[in-house]
Amino acid sequence: MTLPTILTRIIPAAAFLASSVVSLNAAITINGSGATFPAPLYLRWASDFKKANPDTTVNYQGVGSGAGVKDFVAGLTDFGASDVAMSDDEIAKAGGNVLLLPATAGTIVLAYNVPGVQGGLKLSRDAYIGILLGTVKSWNDPLIAKNNPELKLPDLPVTVVARSDGSGTTAVFTAHLDAVSADFKTKVGSGKSVQWPVGVAGKGNDGVTALIKQTPGALGYVEFGYAVHNAMAMASLQNKSGNFIVPTIESGAATLASVNLPENFRAFITDPEGAQDYPIATFTWLLVKKAYPSADKAAAVKAFVKYGLTTGQSVAPELGYITLPDSVVTKVLAALESVK
Amino acid sequence: MGENLIPVGSGSPITREYRPRTDFFRGICWLASIVTVLLLAFILGEILIKAWPAIQKFGLGFITGVQWSPNREIFGVLPVLIGTAASSLIALALALPLGLAIALFLSEDFLPVAIRQTIRFVIELLAAIPSVVYGLWGIFVVVPLVQKYGGVLADKLGFLPFFQGPAYGNSLLTASLVLALMVLPTITAISRSALVAVPKTLREASYALGATRWESILGVILPTAASGIVASSILAFGRAMGETMAVAMLIGNSQRLSWSFLAPSNTLSALLANQFAEADGIQVNALMYAAALLVLMTLVVNMVGEAILRQTQKATAGLR
Repeated sequence: MTLPTILTRIIPAAAFLASSVVSLNAAITINGSGATFPAPLYLRWASDFKKANPDTTVNYQGVGSGAGVKDFVAGLTDFGASDVAMSDDEIAKAGGNVLLLPATAGTIVLAYNVPGVQGGLKLSRDAYIGILLGTVKSWNDPLIAKNNPELKLPDLPVTVVARSDGSGTTAVFTAHLDAVSADFKTKVGSGKSVQWPVGVAGKGNDGVTALIKQTPGALGYVEFGYAVHNAMAMASLQNKSGNFIVPTIESGAATLASVNLPENFRAFITDPEGAQDYPIATFTWLLVKKAYPSADKAAAVKAFVKYGLTTGQSVAPELGYITLPDSVVTKVLAALESVK
Repeated sequence: MGENLIPVGSGSPITREYRPRTDFFRGICWLASIVTVLLLAFILGEILIKAWPAIQKFGLGFITGVQWSPNREIFGVLPVLIGTAASSLIALALALPLGLAIALFLSEDFLPVAIRQTIRFVIELLAAIPSVVYGLWGIFVVVPLVQKYGGVLADKLGFLPFFQGPAYGNSLLTASLVLALMVLPTITAISRSALVAVPKTLREASYALGATRWESILGVILPTAASGIVASSILAFGRAMGETMAVAMLIGNSQRLSWSFLAPSNTLSALLANQFAEADGIQVNALMYAAALLVLMTLVVNMVGEAILRQTQKATAGLR
């Protein structure tokens, strides 16, 4: 075990021990861990929620979707969070005592660092698949230049920047690529951790962001929020209808609006149909127990999630996340009511 | 005086109190050493137990496989093994001449003692810099340098497979350059001790036979200290192989086979640091298998280094 892994195990456990001490004073602490992607939003919710409810403290550790699910299944946390929901296998391991609740959504963007190109880059499906598979090697390749007649693209090699760690972001991104390109499906495939044919890799959204900023000619995938926060140039991507869509909160919301959520809320968006839909978007889920050991815990978790789904949604756009459509919020709130 | 000399076993109160204490202390020492050995055995056992499903499933194909695709449950670490060995070897090739030159300079009387001590202290201080700081320094200093001159290297020497473009800032070369600096104190400190340990009589004999200083250094002193110098490089090699943080920040973390120093690569320790937290199922076992290989590699290297070091001490012992 590496030290960070050990720490991610110890911290929730220590926080849990601390919580049992605090609860003697009628105050309550709930602990969660999981996906790093929505972590800034959940932390904001936790701090705002604490202001409104001084008796309840919510701790959230952004340890990664996989580790979050493991912590939750092992009973180390009161709630978990995951970009890829939970597999049937994982749900079985948790004894079925879990509800998957979409809490927010985001898009994944292709951020780039091309000297002399401040923004406005358009990438067709063939172009970005080609770059990621290593067949498009240079920024002045005709496949890229064709859709960008107004840009002065340099003769510079493209450096693809991917994630070196297992990640929900990679899972969502590769699920899209897998769905739109048969070539990508056979050569790379989808999953939390894949073998990229070209380029370098960094750990976490921040690692990828740093590599892109540092490398002239870099193109990599990061969460929209990270890209906005770091003022990175983002490519407009061609969607299923053939339109080039600028990644914004609005184009992301358009994508979500067209999704039909199933009963268990596990819907993965791989290639949305709408004419104005941004092609790569995902829900991210909070994992809560159907039945908690104590009524206090259940009430606190319910109150926090309810806060996030209602008041909390309004702060989502300023942090780069997409507000859930009202129809989704209504369904999720109804499911939350069943938590005991 | 005479009153204080109490014969052992005379039954005086002092001996009776003293004896049990030695036994007690000896017991603690035994316990401590056994615990250390058990701890190592426990760690190895734990790694092997966790690695076992992967060892059974992939066997030797794990070592010869070139693809690492956790999403398809295909695990092969050959590119990573090569990256581990290559980054350490390049680091050693760069650090050994430099470290040896420094060690020679500091062990001979070229400079006043005070200045020598200062330089020695500064070089040993390099060992105290945390790995992550080397990584950051690499990101801000070495990566831009490699980005700037890597293209030139690829243009001029691109006909050699080792310098094939395109040149990446985060590459095997970048990681090796920083690793070289990180192992420099190990090489310098141990080589210097080996050089200082060369008996004065040998030097004097060499001078007496009419050898110049350089003839003495090249013909007598270096050969006498050779095994110590070899040991220093092997220990440095072991350290470079296990280095994690700085390498993970600089090497590009891409496990693809490539001859080029300018291409991104990966090492076993960086792979583990990157992927362990989010791994599940057979990937955990595969990573443990990789960890077992890393332990095996460093263990062998360290044992060889230790053996050579011991040989040196024996060889020079007779000369003193």
